[in-house]
Amino acid sequence: MSGDELCDLTATELRSRLVEGEISPSEIVESCLHRIEVLDGQVRAFLTPTPDLARERARAVAELARAGTSPVAGIPIALKDVLTTRGIRTTCGSRILETYVPPYDCTAWARLSAGGSILLGKTNCDEFAMGSSNENSAFGPVHNPWNLDTVPGGSSGGSAAAVAAGEAVWALGTDTGGSVRQPAALCGVVGLKPTYGLISRYGLIAFASSLDTVGTFTRSVRDAAMLLSVLGGRDPMDATSLDQPARDYTASLSGEVRGLRVGVVREALGEGVEPGVRSGVRSAIDRLEGLGATVGEVSLPHADYALSAYYLIAPSECSSNLARYDGVRYGLRVPGEDSMQMMMRTRGAGFGPEVKRRIMLGTYALSAGYYEAYYGQAQKVRTLIIRDYERAFASFDVLVSPTSPTTAFRIGERTDDPLAMYLSDVFTIPANLAGVPAISIPCGLDEKGLPVGLQLTAPVLGEELLLRVADALEHELAFDAVPGLVRG
Amino acid sequence: MAGASTTAVAQEFETVIGLECHVELSTTTKMFCGCRNEFGAPPNTNVCPVCLGHPGSLPVPNERAIEYIVRIGLALGCDIAPRSLFHRKNYFYPDMPKNFQISQYDLPVCVGGHLDVEVDEHVRRIGITRVHMEEDTGKTTHAGVTGRIGQAEYALVDYNRAGVPLVEVVSEPDIRSPEEARAYLTELRAILEALGVSDVRMEEGSLRCDANVSVRPAGSHELGVKVEIKNLNSIRSLERALSHERDRQVELLRAGGRPVQETRHFDEETGTTHPLRSKEEAFDYRYFPEPDLPPLELDPAWIEAIRATLPELPAARRDRLRREHGLRPEQASIVGSDARAAEYFERAVALGAPGPAVARWMTQDLAAYLNRTGEGWEELAKRFSPEALADLLRRSEEGELSSTGAKAAFELVVETGRPLGEVIEERGLRQVSDTSQLEAWVDEVIAENPRLVEQFRGGKEGVLNALVGQVMKRSAGSANPQAVSELLRSRLAEP
Repeated sequence: MSGDELCDLTATELRSRLVEGEISPSEIVESCLHRIEVLDGQVRAFLTPTPDLARERARAVAELARAGTSPVAGIPIALKDVLTTRGIRTTCGSRILETYVPPYDCTAWARLSAGGSILLGKTNCDEFAMGSSNENSAFGPVHNPWNLDTVPGGSSGGSAAAVAAGEAVWALGTDTGGSVRQPAALCGVVGLKPTYGLISRYGLIAFASSLDTVGTFTRSVRDAAMLLSVLGGRDPMDATSLDQPARDYTASLSGEVRGLRVGVVREALGEGVEPGVRSGVRSAIDRLEGLGATVGEVSLPHADYALSAYYLIAPSECSSNLARYDGVRYGLRVPGEDSMQMMMRTRGAGFGPEVKRRIMLGTYALSAGYYEAYYGQAQKVRTLIIRDYERAFASFDVLVSPTSPTTAFRIGERTDDPLAMYLSDVFTIPANLAGVPAISIPCGLDEKGLPVGLQLTAPVLGEELLLRVADALEHELAFDAVPGLVRG
Repeated sequence: MAGASTTAVAQEFETVIGLECHVELSTTTKMFCGCRNEFGAPPNTNVCPVCLGHPGSLPVPNERAIEYIVRIGLALGCDIAPRSLFHRKNYFYPDMPKNFQISQYDLPVCVGGHLDVEVDEHVRRIGITRVHMEEDTGKTTHAGVTGRIGQAEYALVDYNRAGVPLVEVVSEPDIRSPEEARAYLTELRAILEALGVSDVRMEEGSLRCDANVSVRPAGSHELGVKVEIKNLNSIRSLERALSHERDRQVELLRAGGRPVQETRHFDEETGTTHPLRSKEEAFDYRYFPEPDLPPLELDPAWIEAIRATLPELPAARRDRLRREHGLRPEQASIVGSDARAAEYFERAVALGAPGPAVARWMTQDLAAYLNRTGEGWEELAKRFSPEALADLLRRSEEGELSSTGAKAAFELVVETGRPLGEVIEERGLRQVSDTSQLEAWVDEVIAENPRLVEQFRGGKEGVLNALVGQVMKRSAGSANPQAVSELLRSRLAEP
């Protein structure tokens, strides 16, 4: 392994080679499958690899890939195991869905599939996307390719690690409180969480419906723009999907940021941020200024309350969304004396401790007599945070902050302290509460040699601007470090 | 029993009743997915990932169902909210695919209407608190020896009904007697039927009703302890259950006791109610706004367009029938409350039949037939069309059929399915006014009944009827009794 095999290239580059006829989809697929074979025993990014399907599919889409009409044709992808795939087991990293085979495709995969994409398999994640380290998966943790003793972040840890390790060219994840951006940061890849509602949630197995977003893991910002061009746009199957046409997001990648106003989020560079993260982000901001952007400080005064509000809203919705896992229609069933006991035993055996914790939190927060004090209050905070962003975007075009206060931490380090774990998402959660788009790009390595992620945030439906700034900064930073594992 | 105690109870106690009625809408597809909405399909054939609550599936509202609830709201005089919200009602039950029901909570589509009901020619206005949109659940069958839940060996769930659009109509506690409750439900059903938004078949569950009932000393303004009654599967059950429950509560109060707030189950066989669960066991449904559905925003112009297409409602129709066709109130109520009966009436009248005669036939012979057979007006129209009724009335009017002959002809038509004209001809039902034939029968009867003739001539006027009867019998009912009577008089007057 050298880090420059086909599976290590960007989708953009692979696409041009496919169109030139230099390579075939089958060669890319074989390259990825080989990498999976060599590394995934250590990384454990995949729960259900689909090598046979991938090989078959690679042959079937060869012509489409050569034609170059679809930006995703012939390029293999991995999907987080919370996105439904017809006929392919979809577990959500949970015992309760260990044997569940969905009867339908999620819209995101249906669109990619129609565009000639190739599925490599389903990736590991925290159970029902609840977690920040991937340690809450019922099927064991994922290991960060940069240091196998550390976590890849979560909840989409498998997808992030797969892209970082060259096991997939790109991958889909989901982001409810940072579950794409935080693992992207910890694994040194690009993680995009678009505006809430831009990508259909149909077939995204819900954790917290009002926050859940499909997101992308890529090796470049341009790759993210390409993927989004296929994924975005109104879906009649999702009543919350925005009335937006699909568009080509690569068209806005001009490399130009001169005159743009960049707001540095004051609250995100203070206490609790590792020095390596702070200095990495600081120097990236300087480079952005060097490109001609105007940099100023901005405050999101209610961001301090975002985490608390999030941990009321998300568990409340989750307590209701996860009620359907009762053993009656699909998934795990543990028999009981009567149907109620059967349901209770099934849920008792099927859910892990973090999922149970959140179901209980949410059930409590929605209970008669507590609703206003908890859920109602959290919704008010959410409104205040939306206003914070509106105010900030009146003065700035994009906001910048670290993605995560720390780089990858050691496996087991935070499992006994849920609150410390929750703090991993302190900078990513506000964007979910406000529904605004945000992206994490790698901006360097810390003193331990672990990647640091920088987060850019734009107003609702500001994807074109967001991607333009991220792309320009990415070129300026020219981050080209590769995990030691991949260099071999 | 109910009638007798009603008066006695009314003097001492006042009964306070509120009704919650669930209406399954007759849309082509379900509320939040594209599955067919039909009754009686093989179990679990009208299902998909959405109505089975599969992971990742999402609801998308059925626009036609929204149109239907707006129609209902407008017909009940409600305000239609320009913006309303769906909420989740959370509870675990095997026939609820998601273990929550999408319903509405503090912002329903329709608020604040009313329904006028008439009992004993006395009209009362019952307030409608709200009308909201929700989805139906699946259906559980407990299998086992007895069919009782507690002893079931296993349960079978059919999800065909899961996700069928359901509208809940909640009344104010304005109803004051079981009779008024019956009138309310009858009128609501008639309105829903006229709107064409539901099959309103209580026996199939497309119209269901729960009642809240309490009693208080007459003249009191405080509400008594409320008891909810479930399992009311017909309008008759509703009235029976309420009578029983009222009497039970009155007895309790008289004995110095107090009802407890609880839910009670009506037992159709015994006509009594028994406790299901108490207030302490009441569910906490943990309502919260449905995050998968944006607020429902209705364009006022769209609402007005729907208002413009509302059909004539039963109350207006009854008024019109009285006014335009001279129907008596009870006739107008039978003919006008049922959309199909009204249609039957209008068709017959359009063919030239006189309204009062059509109404008389419909409320007597035809109603008796429907009662006897259990058929509805629609089925009757196939056996005995409004055209046939108009024809029959014309023939009676013209003297071709006697009233006995007309009844006989009707019975024969519905029995044999043959056309009216044929039946009349074949069975010789045509009323005979032909003098020579009548004279022959009259002469025969006079010759065969010398004693009766003598009595009549001796001044006993009454025996004339007996003689007329003899002639009618001889004519097999076909003679015109009026003509027979006159002919007999003139013959007997002869020396």
